[in-house]
Amino acid sequence: MGTKFPGKLYPLLLLLPTFVVIGLFIYYPMYQTINMSLYKSLFMGLRQIYVGIENYIELFTSPAYRQSLVRSFSFAGLVVLFSMTISFLMAILANQKVRFARFYRTALIWPYALSPAVAGSIFLFIFNPSVGVLNYLLESTIGIRPDWISNSTLAFAMVVIAAVWKQLGYNIVFFLAALQNVPGDIVEAAHIDGANAFQRYWKVIIPLLSPTGFFLLTMNLIYAFFDTFGLVDVMTRGGPVDATNTLIYNLYRDAFQYSRTGFAAAQSIMLFVIVTVVMIVQLKLGNRTVYYQNE
Amino acid sequence: MGYKTKKKLLTGLTHILLIICVIAVASPMIWAIIASTQSPGEIYSYPPKFSLGSSAKRNFGMAWNYFDIGIMMRNSLLIAVIVTAGKILISLLGALALVYFRFPLQPFVFFIILLTLMIPIPVIIVPLFRFVSDIGWGNSYWALTLPFFASATGTYLFRQHFMSIPGTIAEAARVDGAGPLRFLFQILVPMSLNTIGAFCVIQFVYMWNQYLWPLLVISGRRRQVVQVAMRQITTVGPDGLIDWGIAMAGSLIALIPPLIIFFLLQEQFMRGFALSQEK
Repeated sequence: MGTKFPGKLYPLLLLLPTFVVIGLFIYYPMYQTINMSLYKSLFMGLRQIYVGIENYIELFTSPAYRQSLVRSFSFAGLVVLFSMTISFLMAILANQKVRFARFYRTALIWPYALSPAVAGSIFLFIFNPSVGVLNYLLESTIGIRPDWISNSTLAFAMVVIAAVWKQLGYNIVFFLAALQNVPGDIVEAAHIDGANAFQRYWKVIIPLLSPTGFFLLTMNLIYAFFDTFGLVDVMTRGGPVDATNTLIYNLYRDAFQYSRTGFAAAQSIMLFVIVTVVMIVQLKLGNRTVYYQNE
Repeated sequence: MGYKTKKKLLTGLTHILLIICVIAVASPMIWAIIASTQSPGEIYSYPPKFSLGSSAKRNFGMAWNYFDIGIMMRNSLLIAVIVTAGKILISLLGALALVYFRFPLQPFVFFIILLTLMIPIPVIIVPLFRFVSDIGWGNSYWALTLPFFASATGTYLFRQHFMSIPGTIAEAARVDGAGPLRFLFQILVPMSLNTIGAFCVIQFVYMWNQYLWPLLVISGRRRQVVQVAMRQITTVGPDGLIDWGIAMAGSLIALIPPLIIFFLLQEQFMRGFALSQEK
């Protein structure tokens, strides 16, 4: 007897639930998204007319959408840069063999459990221009009271800070795991060869961590593009004057507030292209420049 | 300076830096906890009071009852549990078919399942919303749970795990006359508890933290999940103005379940993270 069970129909039956769910709730809507993106909605969505690629042309010519694109990429870039750098430094610290190391690790990664919406709510209070603790601290130390809510640049910065903070725990988990897998003898060898601590990190440890780095880069980009919706919605609703209107928020507004479903569907496809590119780049680059322990 | 003194200094510095990091990470939460106990008067006082206030009971009570966070917590719990259980069951069945059967186009079938990883819900949200409304699922738990049931991650993880189980075990089970389902539930599942546990905690937190989809499909508070309550408690208060004490109390309530799971099941979390990176 082999390790496989007999039967041709049985496995299909087992896979049926998976296929019903992904068919109805993923592939069919995906097909519909493509379809919808070729139509324009009139009269608040009451009528649809076929317009071909007009929605896509609008995507590339609309200054408002282009701004949202730039804004989203700067947002993602800043979130990725800061959350990965800060969490990497914290992970190095937490990886030191000191007493209470376990406590420190737990105390650094717990914000992972927070949702973007809850993080948004807490940070909105902290940044509140009149009762927020941040402005109290800023005023009593350097004498300024910035208006984080109605100033465009400051509101954008506020959302970036909240998004970075919320992502730290997640990144630290992966950096810590990767640091703990760095073979001690390689680092030791570099030490004996006269590499100082900085050189050991820059020349030996960071290259060893590149698989994790690429993985986190992808996950952080996806987080910044998609999962920060709750954060933006709670903190600014995309405002003031579109200052925090990221691609996902713009899509939500066009689809569900302005009933521009066709245009929103084209935006969905745009997001899909972004995800696909990010994932393919990760697969290609992530496989080439990284170090594998088994090799 | 001798080697020993230098080392001691370095260790001390590491501790100091770590403590600063821990405080920096925790400070928003600490401030939220303080504010959740203060009355509006205490919150609006200047300079702000950095000590616990007098209104903890009022704030948490108002969040729970006035903003219906109690009801929404129950809804969130129900939905997170249902989706986690559904995902596990469906992925286990799929992985069983992929590993222990031979059927045409097997690699292609697996590929189609994995490909769903490229399609996050926001990409398909416009037609998905229309679809669930058209079939009459608007404002229902069907809409809130079923679209999440399939899991490429789950199918992938269980498939990997099943493939690591020696083939002789399946052979022995077949010799004993066990059917595929009995083999799955009596032999494979007990051998996969670690993977299932890790998958469970990650998925529970993922579902608990869902925001956009519930915001769209659920109207009114009775069936809403607790995440969406964040939108309301940070917009209005009982007297019109935002009541930050209540808002912080509500945020903390919404945070408790995933945090408890995190602290109690940290090992499962770490395993789950390690597994999620393998994909």
